[in-house]
Amino acid sequence: MPKRTDIRKILIIGSGPIVIGQACEFDYSGTQACKVLRREGYEVILVNSNPATIMTDPEFADRTYIEPITPEFVARVIEQERPDVLLPTLGGQTGLNTAVALAESGVLDKFGVELIGAKLESIKKAEDRDLFDQAMKSIGLELPRGGFAYTLKQARDLAKDIGFPAIIRPSFTLGGSGGGIAHNQEEFDHIAGDGLRKSMINEILVEESVIGWKEYELEVMRDIKDNVVIVCSIENFDAMGVHTGDSITVAPAQTLSDMEYQRLRDASLAIIREIGVETGGSNIQFAINPDDGRLLIIEMNPRVSRSSALASKATGFPIAKIAALLAVGYTLDEIPNDITQKTPASFEPTIDYVVVKIPRWAFEKFPDTDMTLTTKMKSVGEAMSIGRTFKEALQKGVRSLETDRFGLGSDGKGDIDEARLIEKLRVPNQDRLFYIKHGLTTGMPIDEVHSLTGVDPWFLDQILQLVEFEREMRAAGPHADIIRRAKRHGYSDVQLAFMFEKTEAEIRSLRLADGTRATFKSVDTCAAEFEAYTPYYYSTYEQESELVRSRRKKAMILGSGPNRIGQGIEFDYCCVHAAFALKDEGYETIMVNCNPETVSTDYDTSDKLYFEPLTFEDVMNIVEAERPDGVVVQFGGQTPLKLARALEAAGVPIMGTSPDSIDLAEDRKRFGAMIAKLGIKQPANGTAFSYQEALEVAKDIGYPLVVRPSYVLGGRAMEIVYSEDMLEGYIKNAVKASPEHPVLIDKFLEDAIEVDVDAVCDGTDVFIGAIMEHIEEAGIHSGDSACVIPPYTLSAGLLATVEGYTRRLAKSLKVIGLLNIQFAVKDDVVYVLEVNPRASRTVPFVSKTIGVPMAKLAARVMAGRKLKDLKPVRADFEKYVSIKEAVLPFGRFPEQDTVLGPEMKSTGEVMGIDTTFGKAFAKAEMAAGSALPVAGNVFISVNNKDKRHIIGIAKSLAKMGFSICATAGTGDTLQRAGIDAVLLNKIHEGGPNVIDLIKEDKVDLMINTPLGKGPRTDGYYIRTAASFYGVPLITTMSAAQAAIQGIEAMQEEDIGVKAIQDYHKN
Amino acid sequence: MSDYKPAILLLEDGTLFEGAAMGAEGETFGEAVFNTSMTGYQEILTDPSYAGQLVTMTYPHIGNYGLNSDDKESRRPFLNGFIVREESRMFSNYRGTSTLGDMLRHHEIVGIQDIDTRALTKHIRTAGAMRAAISSVEFDQSALARKLAAYPSIVGQDLVRGVTGDKSYVWPGSESGATDVVLIDYGAKFNIPRELTRRGCRVTIVPAATSAATILKAKPHGVMLANGPGDPAAVTYGIETIRGLLGQVPLFGICLGHQLLGLALGGATFKLKFGHRGANHPVMDLRTRRVEITSQNHGFAVDAESFPGKSAYGETGVEITHINLNDKTVEGIRCADIPAFSVQYHPEAAPGPHDSMYLFDEFIELMR
Repeated sequence: MPKRTDIRKILIIGSGPIVIGQACEFDYSGTQACKVLRREGYEVILVNSNPATIMTDPEFADRTYIEPITPEFVARVIEQERPDVLLPTLGGQTGLNTAVALAESGVLDKFGVELIGAKLESIKKAEDRDLFDQAMKSIGLELPRGGFAYTLKQARDLAKDIGFPAIIRPSFTLGGSGGGIAHNQEEFDHIAGDGLRKSMINEILVEESVIGWKEYELEVMRDIKDNVVIVCSIENFDAMGVHTGDSITVAPAQTLSDMEYQRLRDASLAIIREIGVETGGSNIQFAINPDDGRLLIIEMNPRVSRSSALASKATGFPIAKIAALLAVGYTLDEIPNDITQKTPASFEPTIDYVVVKIPRWAFEKFPDTDMTLTTKMKSVGEAMSIGRTFKEALQKGVRSLETDRFGLGSDGKGDIDEARLIEKLRVPNQDRLFYIKHGLTTGMPIDEVHSLTGVDPWFLDQILQLVEFEREMRAAGPHADIIRRAKRHGYSDVQLAFMFEKTEAEIRSLRLADGTRATFKSVDTCAAEFEAYTPYYYSTYEQESELVRSRRKKAMILGSGPNRIGQGIEFDYCCVHAAFALKDEGYETIMVNCNPETVSTDYDTSDKLYFEPLTFEDVMNIVEAERPDGVVVQFGGQTPLKLARALEAAGVPIMGTSPDSIDLAEDRKRFGAMIAKLGIKQPANGTAFSYQEALEVAKDIGYPLVVRPSYVLGGRAMEIVYSEDMLEGYIKNAVKASPEHPVLIDKFLEDAIEVDVDAVCDGTDVFIGAIMEHIEEAGIHSGDSACVIPPYTLSAGLLATVEGYTRRLAKSLKVIGLLNIQFAVKDDVVYVLEVNPRASRTVPFVSKTIGVPMAKLAARVMAGRKLKDLKPVRADFEKYVSIKEAVLPFGRFPEQDTVLGPEMKSTGEVMGIDTTFGKAFAKAEMAAGSALPVAGNVFISVNNKDKRHIIGIAKSLAKMGFSICATAGTGDTLQRAGIDAVLLNKIHEGGPNVIDLIKEDKVDLMINTPLGKGPRTDGYYIRTAASFYGVPLITTMSAAQAAIQGIEAMQEEDIGVKAIQDYHKN
Repeated sequence: MSDYKPAILLLEDGTLFEGAAMGAEGETFGEAVFNTSMTGYQEILTDPSYAGQLVTMTYPHIGNYGLNSDDKESRRPFLNGFIVREESRMFSNYRGTSTLGDMLRHHEIVGIQDIDTRALTKHIRTAGAMRAAISSVEFDQSALARKLAAYPSIVGQDLVRGVTGDKSYVWPGSESGATDVVLIDYGAKFNIPRELTRRGCRVTIVPAATSAATILKAKPHGVMLANGPGDPAAVTYGIETIRGLLGQVPLFGICLGHQLLGLALGGATFKLKFGHRGANHPVMDLRTRRVEITSQNHGFAVDAESFPGKSAYGETGVEITHINLNDKTVEGIRCADIPAFSVQYHPEAAPGPHDSMYLFDEFIELMR
């Protein structure tokens, strides 16, 4: 069936900010959809609040609304744009939920908008647990039995249905405590009763025990003619009980016989038909009892998912792109397979390698939180690796994570707590993989490890093979044959160096001398049955390499690896732009990255894609094979940057700013000397290699101090210390955070205004993208702070100083490419805090605000072009206000205090743009999921320092019609200033305190500034409760001030929507 | 790991792969082919259609879930050799009873592992399926090459005689079936009688050389032409039998059975460069325009242009009902005016998708 000609305009809803469970995979899927639908001649309207996405680049959709993804705002876009259809299946759960809300409220009917891809009825059938259960029963499939209970009686009724053993899981307990497996009624009553008491919302989940069952996923696609194909099967290494987003997963399934696999396939076909997903992709999760093969359906997502992105990258089958084409009426047989060109998309990919995905967590940033892996996802990113065997892929996967491990152990790193071995195996945790290997090394039998972990014995045997091989290897010594076999098992040079007590360089030259070098194989969807035309490669150690080196001029772009807090989608955005720009400049572009969620790892983005870890060894393998004319290290964050010096030393040509300049900007002494010469001030500072030195530096400078390890991103382990005690406590952690680098110590400028600048320099001229003023004061990590373009409180004189400093610094550092500078302004004096001659987190936000693609511009400059020829022209951005707001993951970590500090904690960001500060701020807060109230009750509790400031804020709130309640101290201040405030008890004084009010839904906004951080203070309980119950919480005076303006704007008028293309026009 | 015994794979064009021995030790010869299925190695190992072949599995880990007593497709393996990237030394599956290595040794199948199977597959794809030798005893390349040169090519060979049963029998469990089907055993996979039994048939399996007269004497409701190995043109007795059955009784052919039906109808077959072997081939049913994902295993194909009076709906015409969407070769034919149809692929799956099971239903319908 050819494509539909009765539709012209298609609305796509994105997934908004990066949060845990919803990351850049939806930028990948949405970007693919936008691209292909426009290529088909449709007009694409996009709504997405996340400025760091490629999809919100003005050239990817005809009309791009960087607006909050709420039913109200999307309805406005619909009213304005009148799309014919809405494609809801590409923007994750956010996009799907918003579409459902619009359909149910009648907005879609009112404006005659048709849902394509999945109809409302199908979405509800898949998403509603009861409807889904009925649907599955009607086709003879089963779900695990169970449900939620709020009383012991309800729980007992559920248990009656389920039988024993039964799993009891309390929802939302502090520390994840409570819950367990009940084998009889007595145990059940005890655990369920305890769980109900411990749950903050008195809710427990009672379920049939499937813990330890094998978990599988199938990616399914269906077209309008009811052709169905399975794109990929995925087997979880971690058994049921760990969220699939927190599981190591493997493609294809490893331990299913064909009979069992076909049973899953048959069930998948039946499910997608029964649910009625008309066209597109779905993801179906299964559990199989390893003892008897009993099959249960866990869930179905009637949309493109994180697993679809993984499956697309794992097989080369672009699910989202094809889903978009199917949604407009094409059938699978009408769509060619990009990779083979000659065969159609109506087939099932088959692969001849093993794919391993490993999650990456950020528990170090949330020390109060429970680190047990459960059915609630906690990881912030993931790396994917490809190898010819599971052993090779697993080891590559571990080193792709960039957690300073170079394979599955035997790299001289990591601590094993021998005493906790059993616990570490039994309770799922982020280090379990290493404990499994350790257990096997100490002779624990596979059966025992299996019964503790639930991990399939086949996977355990693979790890045991590594253990046995290492023994053989150590005994044999570093001979050519053993090294070759080690490389085939995925060992890195770093691991071999550790085991053979040599250096990495020695191992490297040893093996190269013996001719043991990486070979490259293609990902081709068909296991080599047909010729592949898409150069998508992975490395392995085999007989034949398929790599064909062209004679073209080549630029290699090093990506940013797995998402983590501090290094996320923004850097992928920059890498993708670099690829586009360098392609335009006539280069053959070569992308190296290992994050399956990203646009950069779409084989369409660059001329060649290498899905590889970003270590020195892995990058050098590709460099040797491709011999690029330039390697780009400044777009992918710290990941490639920290390789720069080693690459340069190995003779690799680095494009743009030289590693020496990067070093100059990082080196305290050299940098200090340079700015002194330029006459630019910086806070007093020093560098310490030991605790003793740190004490001396501190004495010189005086407290408070900002301390941090050098060469980190996202303020990892960055803290403000007010005393010697705090400094001592800090040094230990910091040294652990980055052992090869010293601790940097700076004077902390209290209450200073922080300013960020993004600029491009070609060595001669400097193009300033924008100056951003932070709303939160210095001391809160810039990634967690809201920031505003144009600056809203700084004088013209100060801005001129900031501009002048930026130009001088750029030229002195001989920057070729991007540059980000952070300044602090205190008492009208401008201090430079740090200079980063590389892409920054704000590049996409600035680019979208000013209408100039900064990363592209920088890449062209790095290719030798001059700014005076490129002549970038900014939109008249002084006519509007653009605000970036951070999105924090505290909802996932209910035990974690939400106070902000110098260590970054946000996972993503949104942008609010409008004509005034108030409106833009209101939008940014809505988009971030913490919409400001326009009326109701405000709870205020501030520390003494802020008491003077709070009066004005409280007065404004009272004037705007809010009622105010407060704790005694703050309330007293307010009452004395003539403001009506209801006084509440402290938490330990019992009710009525604020937590009672929050539970009763009687608090609409909270302003709480910390007295001191740390668990178990009143402030801690208040803040975690706010975060848990979703009450907007403001923790700084500057943010409170901004909120007042936002609320005013919302009270004054309806806030409208406007496409980014229109902003750029004026 | 430590009991690593070397083995080599030598192709007739001189290409050499060095790896490790797997299964039985010794040397073996055959036509090197590849199969792209990621599951189903037990069914592949026991599919008689692989007689005379050295089968390469493109998926690197083979043996993971072991072998069991339910999933065999014939009484024993008939292939000449097995080639994988990595054999699993253990297995993990509740039905598993034996490791891959034990099974191969038990049936004296010589195999090789730890070679670059992707390079081998690409080589076969570009140079075509060719004769090859696996050896874990003879490492002298020229000696092995001489033996290999003496090994006959698969073209023109009747391999059916080596795999067919020697007497007729009723498929156990189907005795009470109401529909009488004779299954001519050119190397039938067990799942064909299983699927027929499931649909209420009494299945009588007869040797490949059984004559039309003998079959007709039993007055079956229908005759099933099974899959099997080798060059269809060499199975002249089969073609003759089918000619005798055409128009007398409903016929349904699978794989070699399909090719023999094509030849009996006056068509021609030809050897594909490297064949179709896998579980992911898209086939379009031209009558409904729907696509089914099919299980395939064949080195020869029916030539679409070869039928006399090939007008699709003509008097004696043969209708092309199915085509392969990858290379547009014939995947199914049907006689316009007599009850006979066949498919090149494997609706009985095992291994592979179940999308094409409806063909058994159509056969049952045809016999009513």
